[in-house]
Order: sequence, then structure tokens, then C-alpha cells
Amino acid sequence: MAKQHVTTTINGNPVEYLCESRQTLLEVLRDELHLTGTKEGCGTGDCGACTVNVNGRMMCSCLFLGVEAQGKSITTVEGIANGEKLHVLQRKFVEHAALQCGICTPGMLVASKTLLDRNNNPTEEEVRYWLAGNLCRCTGYNQIIEAVLDAAKEIRGA
Amino acid sequence: MSAVVNEKKLKVVGTRPDRPDGVPKVTGTAQYGADFTLPGMLWGKILRSPHAHARIRKIDASKALALPGVKAVITSADIPDQKFEYIGPERVAVNFWHMTRNIMAREKVLFEGHPLAAVAAATPAIAAEALKLIEVDYEVLPHVIDVDEAMKPDAPLLFEDMITRGIEPPPTKPSNISKKLGFKLGDPDAAFATADEVIEASFKTAPVHQGYIEPQSCLARADADGQAELWSSSQGHFVVRTFTCRLLGIKTGDLRVHPAEIGGAFGGKTVVYVEPIAVALSRKSGHPVKIMMTREDVFKSTGPTSGASMTIKVGVMRDGKIVAARGLFKYQAGAFPGSPVMNGCMCGFAPYDIANVETEGYDVVCNRPKAVAYRAPGSPISAFAVESTLDLAARKIGMDPLAFRLKNIAKPGTPTVFGTKLQHAGFAETLQALQKHPGYNQPLGKNQGRGVALGYWFNGGGESSATVHINEDGTAVVATGSPDIGGSRASTAQMAAETLGIEYDRVRPIIADTNSVGYTQATGGSRVTFATGMTVINACNKAIDEMCARVAKLWKIDRADVIWEDGCARPAGKHAGEFEPMPLKAIAAKRTATGGPITASASVNAEGQAPGFSAQFCDVEVDPETGHVKILRYVAAQDVGRAIHPSYCEGQIHGGVVQGIGWALNEEYIYDKNGRLENAGFLDYRMPVASDLPMIESIIVEVPNPNHPYGVKGVAEANIVPPMAAIANAIHSATGKRMTELPMSPPKVLAALDS
Repeated sequence: MAKQHVTTTINGNPVEYLCESRQTLLEVLRDELHLTGTKEGCGTGDCGACTVNVNGRMMCSCLFLGVEAQGKSITTVEGIANGEKLHVLQRKFVEHAALQCGICTPGMLVASKTLLDRNNNPTEEEVRYWLAGNLCRCTGYNQIIEAVLDAAKEIRGA
Repeated sequence: MSAVVNEKKLKVVGTRPDRPDGVPKVTGTAQYGADFTLPGMLWGKILRSPHAHARIRKIDASKALALPGVKAVITSADIPDQKFEYIGPERVAVNFWHMTRNIMAREKVLFEGHPLAAVAAATPAIAAEALKLIEVDYEVLPHVIDVDEAMKPDAPLLFEDMITRGIEPPPTKPSNISKKLGFKLGDPDAAFATADEVIEASFKTAPVHQGYIEPQSCLARADADGQAELWSSSQGHFVVRTFTCRLLGIKTGDLRVHPAEIGGAFGGKTVVYVEPIAVALSRKSGHPVKIMMTREDVFKSTGPTSGASMTIKVGVMRDGKIVAARGLFKYQAGAFPGSPVMNGCMCGFAPYDIANVETEGYDVVCNRPKAVAYRAPGSPISAFAVESTLDLAARKIGMDPLAFRLKNIAKPGTPTVFGTKLQHAGFAETLQALQKHPGYNQPLGKNQGRGVALGYWFNGGGESSATVHINEDGTAVVATGSPDIGGSRASTAQMAAETLGIEYDRVRPIIADTNSVGYTQATGGSRVTFATGMTVINACNKAIDEMCARVAKLWKIDRADVIWEDGCARPAGKHAGEFEPMPLKAIAAKRTATGGPITASASVNAEGQAPGFSAQFCDVEVDPETGHVKILRYVAAQDVGRAIHPSYCEGQIHGGVVQGIGWALNEEYIYDKNGRLENAGFLDYRMPVASDLPMIESIIVEVPNPNHPYGVKGVAEANIVPPMAAIANAIHSATGKRMTELPMSPPKVLAALDS
């Protein structure tokens, strides 16, 4: 099968790649571009481990084709920090012990950042519903919710 | 064993520093099982049975092998068979005859998803295509899923020659009952006759999956000279090495296993599935091979914990004293023997001081994936039955459920049904901590109820190794063999820093591969902070001893006159005050002149672990129209011995409780009439999500273990034991209805409300 040529932006960088039309963005990121920070937990859009941000919206990259990235702007977990300076969410996740095994963390971070980019003053309930598509089996979510609320507070300068 | 270090003297233990592996895990650079690649790598995929039970007449892979890009196909014919024997202590016995058949079916497939062939090909798409070209001739056989059905005399047999172990004289007819076992204390029959009230009830639990978010994945590279390397996500890379070598006939020293970061496990990654297959494919193809399971594979063919059928009987006096108890526990093992029924028989009544107890257990095979450890394996299942029955008993005599449990709580010296006496305090203290929670006496609204339950787990010791390197700049590298599932690098570094007397951020903990540190058992049984922690402390103390000896030489005094205090060697005895104390950094800087590298290794087979204990209450609201149960409040107290890093202790408690909530309310396997799993995905299996839950409130209780320098008991497992019963008891309080089957999903609750 002839491969498709795709021109896109990933984590602020112009990127070109060839992919089969059936390949998901998740497969392209991990297997072609070696951006393995985005994780596969299910491949069916149920766990959120592969969450990336596409043009400001969060998306399961396992449900999004590589060819659909044409002309779009994509942010993965590798693109959240500013150089060696961690994003406030990344810092708060570490400080609050919001990860145990860490496999859901990339998706949680991308999803949380998408929320805080829109609303930097969410309630606990809003955070819980926003992250309801991101499964974590280790933490029971307590410390993740606390980290997101604390990060929002810092962003607000409160 | 030295006494526990006084709490007041601790500087690092008990604080909450950032975990050493935090940054790679929030930036995406941490490498998990699926994140490794090698030049020339092939993709492996596994052909799995579509049938629950079938004889394999023939496998023809010729068409698959002819597909361009396919480099190797293997079946069980490429893997040596094993001797039939149970190895190791009964509670955790292993039989490699079963294990080799579990990773690759031989005579029969025993569950849907059972592997029976594997291919290695240039791309994942070619490998998937090749699987479709493998022709298998099956003779489909009748199957059995349910444990009670599997025990019937006319049930389809998984193994035509399986004679139940543990019965004298042995039965003459084969059955699906792999083993019978039991424990007895006192004279239950006589005691039941004296009881004011006798309560008896039967219960069923559904098998549930560990639900780790990372599917099993590995990368293998086998060389023509017989050496091999594996990168895999597991709870114990030494266990992966042992099993893979044994299953493939590789010399232990020839297989080097690198521990990947592990994306959750909860007991489910203490065994091998893909690793021996990847090595075998790599050997046959001459290329590195990567295998990643899909989520469907994980649900269909990796271990859940057992479902069970149980009957509990307790005899109580009107003053609340439990005088007799009996438990019958029938656990599904899945396709091969080895359910945790023995643990269930041992743990169920362990929280209590009951003079007359009898437990009887059955290990039963059926056409499901083989059960594997899941957080306190066996204990949550029996606790659901026992703690539910005790709730009925407390109701019968009109006693508060916590006061009832406190009246009967086991104390140091209390005999257990399994023959030993309880050695450690902490049970009553944990119950009292829960009792003091202000929420326990708060009034509840309409359709709301409160439930209480307790949970016991052994906790583990065992074999661990560590090496400490004192670097020239006064930092230390601590290498252990314990994969870090939930923050153990942090607790390891804290214990090392505390012992050496240096700052936490001067210690770099790493998890070394199998050929770079001494043998270490898997991360499991809540053993790492206790046992690996102990060997880290021992290695640090050896390094301290070495440093003191070098300083003694520099000062030209006896070794005995140098002591270690606050990270410095100090002159003592008759030389006290003669020299300026020499800090670790200064000693490290002089290493070349004083004898070379400063390195110390230690290994232990740690004993003296103390049991884990959790006491919990929850408030629920039952929707009378839908049967949906909402958790309003959940409070969990747990004795951890001492919290090395309290945040990660709290995280273990939250996580265990929430897994228990899923077990209680949602999670189950739904099979069709052909024994095929209908909900092999996260959407339909439905684990708890953030919007289902309130904040879990944890109470850390610290009754130090005198057998560990910092008092550690273990924290990871006891917390999952009480939730199923606590929630069932709360539902009873809210509705007056007793739920006896898990999960207590809306249709079942609604049916109970309508009954």
C-alpha cells in the first residue's frame, strides 16, 4: 500500500512523515517518530493513556489516523515542558505523588493541561468529570485531582 | 535484630520528598515495556484460541511461513515439555508442566485466548496477516465456567487424569478439584452448640482483573551463542529470568533481563506470558522480537483473581463474643491449578480472637484464564464472606459493628487457625483510629447507609539484594533488584539517606538488571520497603563500617574507636574529641589513598515481617429507582508500621480502596454460552473512573515493626481486603437488603430492592 505524505506540527516543530492510511496517530508517534511518551493502554479509546492535544482539543491518538494530522498542531506529553523547566502541572504531579506507576500520567497531563488552558478555576467535580476518560488503576485519583487543583491555583496566582 | 530507630531521631524517613523517577515519568522519557526498540527488530504476534475448550488435532503454519516478511513461527513443539511436579511452599507452589501449557497450549486449549502459536514478522501488519493463515484443526469440547458447576461429578474435565490432592485416601475418579485443604483450631462443633446465636450465609464473588493500564510487553534478543537479553515490564525481572530459562532450557547466566518501568501490575505481572515466546521467536528468527499484548489479549488470557463460592457460619454470645466460626471456600483457579484459596482460608478470620475456627478450601479448575495474584491474593474474597456474615451477627445481637469487632479483635499472642500466634500489635489500634474519625457518628439521610469491615494480609519478607556505591563527590548510588511499582525508589533512597546520614538528593536509587545486582524476589506481597529496605540499610551499614575503618587508618587509631553519627566518622572512646569529625564527602574524596572504591553489597532472606491490617467504613446512597450505589464517603485506616514516605502510603491506601470499590460494584467477566468473554475491554469491564468517586480519606496508623530498623510493616495490600464487605454492609444499612453476590451492580441491587 502506498504511504501517505503528511505535513504537520508536533510540539511546535514542523514534522513530515510517511504513513499508511490505516496507521493511527498513536502508531505514528510511537513507531515512526519514536515519541514513546504517549502510551497505549487499550487501542479502543477507553483508557485515555494515549491522549494528545490536537488543535486545542484532547483526543485519543489511538482513534485518530496519522493522515488526519495533516496541517494540524499536535501536543504530546513531550511538548508540555518549556525546555528544562517543567510545566506547573508536571511539577504538581510530582509534588503531590499523583503518579504511582506513571503509565497513565502522560495522558492525564495532556488532558489536565487542555482543561486548565480553557478554565484555570475548575471545581473538584469539573476536574473529575473532565478526567473521567483517563483511567488510573493505581492512585484512586485523589492525588491527581489534588495536583490539578493545586496547579490551577498556581496558574491563577492565587 | 536491633531495635527500631526512635522516631525523634529521624531526619529523612517520614518526610515527603519528590520521587527520584518523577521527572522522566511526567516528561514522557521513562521507558516502559513497549518503549524499547532494536535495529532489525521484528514484531511478534500470538495466535489465540477462539474456543473455551478444545483438543488441538493439528496446527499447519505452512501458509503463514510462506508469507513474505514472516521470519519465524513457533508452537509448543518449539518449547521443551516439563516434568509434572509442584515446586516450592504449598501457598505459592509452581508446576512448570502447567506453566509451559499456559504460555503455549499443547494437547488442548483450555480457555478462549489460550495461545497456541506465535509468529515474528517484519511489520505488525504482516504478523497479523500471518496469524490468519495458520490453520488449526480443533475438536471442540464441552466447557465449564462456574466454580460450583465445575465441581459437579458430571462436569466436563479439563484434565482427564486430575486426582484431587489433599484427600486421604485419594479419590479414585478424576475431577476438576485440584486440591482440598483446611485448617482447624479448637472444637468448633462443641462451641457452636454453646452459642446464643448462630448465623450462616453463602456468598459468591466474580473473578476480577488486576486492570493495570499497561498491557504486557517485551523485547527479546537471542544470540546464536545461546545468550539472550530481555527488556520487559514485570514485578520481578529475576522471576522472569528464572521462568523463561526454565521454560526454554537456557542457562540462568545466559539470560540478562532488564527491568522496564512497569505500568501497573497488582500481582498480575509476577508470571510470564510473552517473554519466553519472544525469546523463542528471536532464537528461531535470528532477530530481536518485540511482543505487545492488546487490551483484549490482557482480558482474555492474563490472570484475573479467582471468583468464589463460599459459606460462612459464626456462633456468637449476646455480649458480642464470637465463640465459633467456620468457612467453606471454593475458589476458581482458572485453566490450571493454583487459586489463592489457601490464603483465603488463612486470612478470613485472622483479624479475630476466636477460639474455635475451621476453614476448608477447594481449588477448582475451569475454562477461564489461569488466576494470578491480585493484591492480597485470596484475602479480599474470603473477607467479603466473613465480614458480611459478621455484620449479620452484629445486627442480630444489636451491637455496633465496630464495637463488635473491637471486642473480638486479635492481639499479640492470639492463636490463628493456621497454627501460629499473632506476634504483632496494631489491629486494635487501627480499629480505634477508625472509631475516632468524626464521620463515624454523623447522621445519614434517606437511602443512605454506613458499613464497616476489616482486612488482614500477611505482608512479605524474602530474598532481596542491594549494592551501595559511595561516589567521589559524596553522593551514593543504591542499586536494588526491586522494580518500582509505586514509589519504592523514593522510600529506598530515604532509608539509605537516613542510614548514611546524607541528604536525600545525594542518593540516586536505581533498579539494576539481573546480571548487575544480587537475586531479588518480585515486588509483591508488600515486601519491598520491608525486605529490600532492610538489605539497603544493611549495605549502607557495611559501607559505613568500611568508611570508619578507613578513617581509623587515617587517624592511626583502632577501628573500634571510630563511630558513625550524623553522616560523619567521629573519634570515640579514649580518642573522643581528638579529631575533627570527618563527613562522608571527605572520606569519599580520599578513597583512592585509603583503599580504592567504596562499595558494599548485601543480600537478605528477610524474616520478621509483620502483618498488614486495615479497618474501613463507608457511607453509600442507593438509588431506589436504578439500583445504583454511590459512594458518599470512604474512610480507610491502616497500620503501616512506619510510613517511610507518607504520600506514597496514602496513595497505596487510596488505590487499594478504589480497586475494591470496582470489585464491589462494577467489575466482572461476562461469558456467552460458548465460554467466550463478551466484555474484554475497558468500556464494558468498567473500572472506576474519577467521576465515580469521592476523595478517599486515609488514616495512617503507625505501630512500628520491631523487626525492621525503621519499623516498616508494608502498606500495599491490606487496603483492598475490606471494601467489598464494607460496601455490602452499607447497602444493608441503607436498604435492609443483604447483597451476597459480587458485583453489586445496579441490576442486582434493583432485584434485591424489589424482592
